[in-house]
Amino acid sequence: MVMDPSGYDPPVGLPTKVRIENLSYWYGDRLSLRDITLDIPANAITTLIGPTGGGKSTLLRLINRLNDLLEDTRMVGRIVLDGQDIYAPEVNVSELRRRVGIVFALPLPLPGTVRENVLYGPKLAGIRDPARLDEILVRSLNQAALWDEVKNRLDEPAHALSGGQQQRLCIARSLAMEPEVLLLDEPTSGLDPISTGKVEESLFALKKHYTIIMVPHSIQQAARVADYAAFFLGGELVEHQPGRGIFTAPKDKRTEDYITGRFG
Amino acid sequence: MNARFVIQRIGFVLLSFIAVVVVLPILVIVAIIVVRGIGAINWEFLTTMPHDGMKAGGILPAIVGTIVLTFGTAIAAIPVGVGGAIYLSEYARDTLFTRAIRLAIVNLAGIPSVVYGLFGLGLFVLFLHFGTSILAGSLTLAIMTLPVIISTSEEALRAVPTEYRTVIASLGGTRWQGVRYVVLPQALPGIITGIILGLLRAAGETAPILFTVSAFFLPRLPHSLFDRTMALPYHLYVISTQVPGMPQEIQYGTALVLLMLVLSMNLVATLIRGHFRRRRPW
Repeated sequence: MVMDPSGYDPPVGLPTKVRIENLSYWYGDRLSLRDITLDIPANAITTLIGPTGGGKSTLLRLINRLNDLLEDTRMVGRIVLDGQDIYAPEVNVSELRRRVGIVFALPLPLPGTVRENVLYGPKLAGIRDPARLDEILVRSLNQAALWDEVKNRLDEPAHALSGGQQQRLCIARSLAMEPEVLLLDEPTSGLDPISTGKVEESLFALKKHYTIIMVPHSIQQAARVADYAAFFLGGELVEHQPGRGIFTAPKDKRTEDYITGRFG
Repeated sequence: MNARFVIQRIGFVLLSFIAVVVVLPILVIVAIIVVRGIGAINWEFLTTMPHDGMKAGGILPAIVGTIVLTFGTAIAAIPVGVGGAIYLSEYARDTLFTRAIRLAIVNLAGIPSVVYGLFGLGLFVLFLHFGTSILAGSLTLAIMTLPVIISTSEEALRAVPTEYRTVIASLGGTRWQGVRYVVLPQALPGIITGIILGLLRAAGETAPILFTVSAFFLPRLPHSLFDRTMALPYHLYVISTQVPGMPQEIQYGTALVLLMLVLSMNLVATLIRGHFRRRRPW
């Protein structure tokens, strides 16, 4: 089990990076999120926990507007990033998605080499200077704890990497855009314990510079990495607490039942 | 030998037999044309003008005509066809309007080629005053080819995993960047197949060029887009049915040239497709 190497120190008084205000969301007629209000602090790892179908992934995909790609959905409420409503008409969605990166549950390398994968984001943003791109490549792969393993394989197809390496490659791909917020949707669900440990370690290093919102793949993982935790059940936010309080002293009976493994 | 093994053997034999039944007619047709036509093929046949009422000399203008028409068709049909497929697959939402477009494409594919010929005569030759010309013929063939190109290209684009589009969007890419950098390169082998299928059909068609471009006998090469030209399929029709006393060898020789032209285009296409497919990650 990997613990925070710096020794756990619950963050207090961090500024709010993302504010979710009275957010409700529907897929067609099906309610997915009901009246969620939640402040997400900067430079910390916020975990969204709860059984499947609770709306955690939906909430993540609303924070970088990926659900814009879907048809027949409806949203009420606001999501505010640094004081700016991200669904306001003047917001440039491409720019927003560069500020709010996402890593999915399954590793999804794009066609092309390791190098090309990491540099997709910067290239889409119009960065062409080779020196700058090289610097981004090395930095991102280092931040994702992958550099040592792939530094001699940069021009191999990304699909030739192992599953764990592919997932860290996807993290590096998001980090290449230097996002302010990093959304992680069960990023270690397909990984072995060693790769999982490496990803978690890199998260501890990353939170100094990034705001991380993560759907962990187990309660154990949540307990290891969370600075804040929020418990979702059936589209509702049952409770949220700073630090690891939710795991040791849940206030709501339903949270306690979930944490202690009575359902989920 | 147990019963399951016997049944498996019978199954294999039956399937092999069916495969032979499918391939055999093609082989027989090719064999007959090669055997009867090969005698006519020589340098002169391929590179000179016909003379003596087409009963002697070569078929150069028909060969050049068919190549020019196929190129013209490609230039007109590929951008429109692939563009239409990209629109339908990547941009269009599922509305009554796009359903109507899809229905129209399916129906266009079923229209007999002679109807395209009449349409081309009405629109390009007469209404737009292109006259009986390479331009009118190419455009007519292009319209006939469009449904094939659009539907196969759309299918190839849709076969590219949705996740790639999601990932590109999540990296701040626009929909067009997703198409340009990931979806289109991935779909290219399928799109090229569609283009080739369409163009091969165009190269071999007689009816659409009958009223729009074909010359019965024009022993010179075309000068411009507004010139008429001979073309292999129509020439074959002419020398097989309209000219009494035509040597059979010339008829089969012409058929052989058309066949080889189409097959070699097919081969080139297969090579191009293989080249792009090797660059794919899976």
